[in-house]
Amino acid sequence: MSNGTVTRQEDISHDGLSGPAWFALILLISWLVLPLIPLGIWSISRSWFFPDITPSAYSLRAWTYVFSTTSEVLPALGMTTFIALCATLLSAIIGLPAGRALGLYQFRGKAVIELLILAPTIVPGIAVALGLHVVFLNLGLAGSFSGVLIIHLIPTLPYMVLVMAGVFANYNPEIEAQARSLGAGPIQTFYYVTLPAILPGLLIGSLFTFLVSWSQYILTLLIGGGRVVTLPLLLFNFASAGRNDITGAISMIYILPGVVLLLLGARHLTGRNSATESLRQI
Amino acid sequence: MADRWKVLILLSPALLLIVGLFLGGLFLGLIGSLGYMPLLGREEISLDAYRKILASDRFYHSFLMTFYISFTSTIIASILAVGAALILRRHFFGRSVINFLFQINLTVPHLVGAVGILYLFSQSGFFSRLAYEFELIARPSDFPAMIYDPLAIGIILQYVWKEVPFIGMILLANMQTFGQDYEAAARSLGANRWQGFRYVLLPLLTPGLLAAALIVFAFTFGAYEIPALLGQNYPASLPVLAYQSFTDVDLNARPEALAMGMIIAVLSAVMILGYARLTRRYVRS
Repeated sequence: MSNGTVTRQEDISHDGLSGPAWFALILLISWLVLPLIPLGIWSISRSWFFPDITPSAYSLRAWTYVFSTTSEVLPALGMTTFIALCATLLSAIIGLPAGRALGLYQFRGKAVIELLILAPTIVPGIAVALGLHVVFLNLGLAGSFSGVLIIHLIPTLPYMVLVMAGVFANYNPEIEAQARSLGAGPIQTFYYVTLPAILPGLLIGSLFTFLVSWSQYILTLLIGGGRVVTLPLLLFNFASAGRNDITGAISMIYILPGVVLLLLGARHLTGRNSATESLRQI
Repeated sequence: MADRWKVLILLSPALLLIVGLFLGGLFLGLIGSLGYMPLLGREEISLDAYRKILASDRFYHSFLMTFYISFTSTIIASILAVGAALILRRHFFGRSVINFLFQINLTVPHLVGAVGILYLFSQSGFFSRLAYEFELIARPSDFPAMIYDPLAIGIILQYVWKEVPFIGMILLANMQTFGQDYEAAARSLGANRWQGFRYVLLPLLTPGLLAAALIVFAFTFGAYEIPALLGQNYPASLPVLAYQSFTDVDLNARPEALAMGMIIAVLSAVMILGYARLTRRYVRS
């Protein structure tokens, strides 16, 4: 009987794929990769008119433009990176203690607090940003770097808190007490004991947080008012203006951090609910 | 008791920020939608904005359009994701490469996907050229419109493209936690593959699938850039209409924009409560 169970179990998972399953899988994967291909080809094409299946002439014109000092792309790349870095740093500073509280302690009202922290990741940013716009305008934050940075914290902070809560749930605070009893101060304890233990989780959380800020479009557009120009804003403009070659080149740059993250963190991603769920923001 | 204070101190910076910015933004949106905007010199409170949008065809068409897009893409993405997860949980040659490719667009921003869909499905796009090559069409305009079209096919294709891996990964993670014992038991009791899936695996997966679908629905209902790039002008999707009203030179349109924002927020709040119920009751237990 137990033997039969084992064979049947292997039936489910170890027998490779049947022909139709392979076909469906290949079809699905091609569909998932397909939209990225014309972007790459456009970025190196010089002329690619209907009905040509492949470009009739290739050139690096779009890439030369993107990296030239006169184009807006490099400043936008710098701006996007800087905003994402600052948003990640602030989210880590504010979110780490909150993650610790949620991961290590049980307290009354915890469920409500978790829900409150989860909510900004699900409520569409446009609903919140439309309401905040007037206040930002009055505080002189609209159209400024700081305004955009602050508004980006709405989607990035909850994400960092949720990841850190997961990290601290598997953390043993006893070793801190031991370090303290051996004479370490709070800063020393954090630096030499806590930080090394949570560092892998903190890094993964930071990478995702960076990507969440990196992907924001409508929040930047509404609060930045077109004066804070990030890569997605440029991408949208070039795409609607029909400059397919430059759009393709910007797209290739824009997806780079995500692909790098996936290569670095693929192991951590698979089978981890919290990490996957966070990607809904991107 | 000491712990209570510790928890409060640890939580307060994050809570202050979320309450101040997130709840504050929603609150300002709410009073603004009621016409109360002291910073713009309006202080009366009324339901005029809601009355006005609820009486306009433009809003109804936009609302129905957005609902149709979100509903259709969530259903299609969920079905495909279940199929994908059933295949990907097996062991087969090249699984790690396939898994990587399956995940690749999780980190690709929506906007990039939208541009990719545009270049594939527009009337001068790749598939149109392919159709010309096989002499199915004589000119670009013969190719069925899938971008800026009344059925919003391009937008739905983009959402399905982006959300299948997202739902699929959540399902795969869920499947890992159940293991295969239940199915194996069902199979040893004589259930065939389909029965094992239908009566054992699917009920186990349902809470996780529903939770993921709620998130996807809420996201697609409030997303701006994809319908702005791929959608038609009329009826525009609700977030696009809200943005247009908000940036209208006529300041009287602002309360209407905020009212539409509130409607989007209320809908997503319903989704969050559903999500919280589902995850608390099944997934975390």
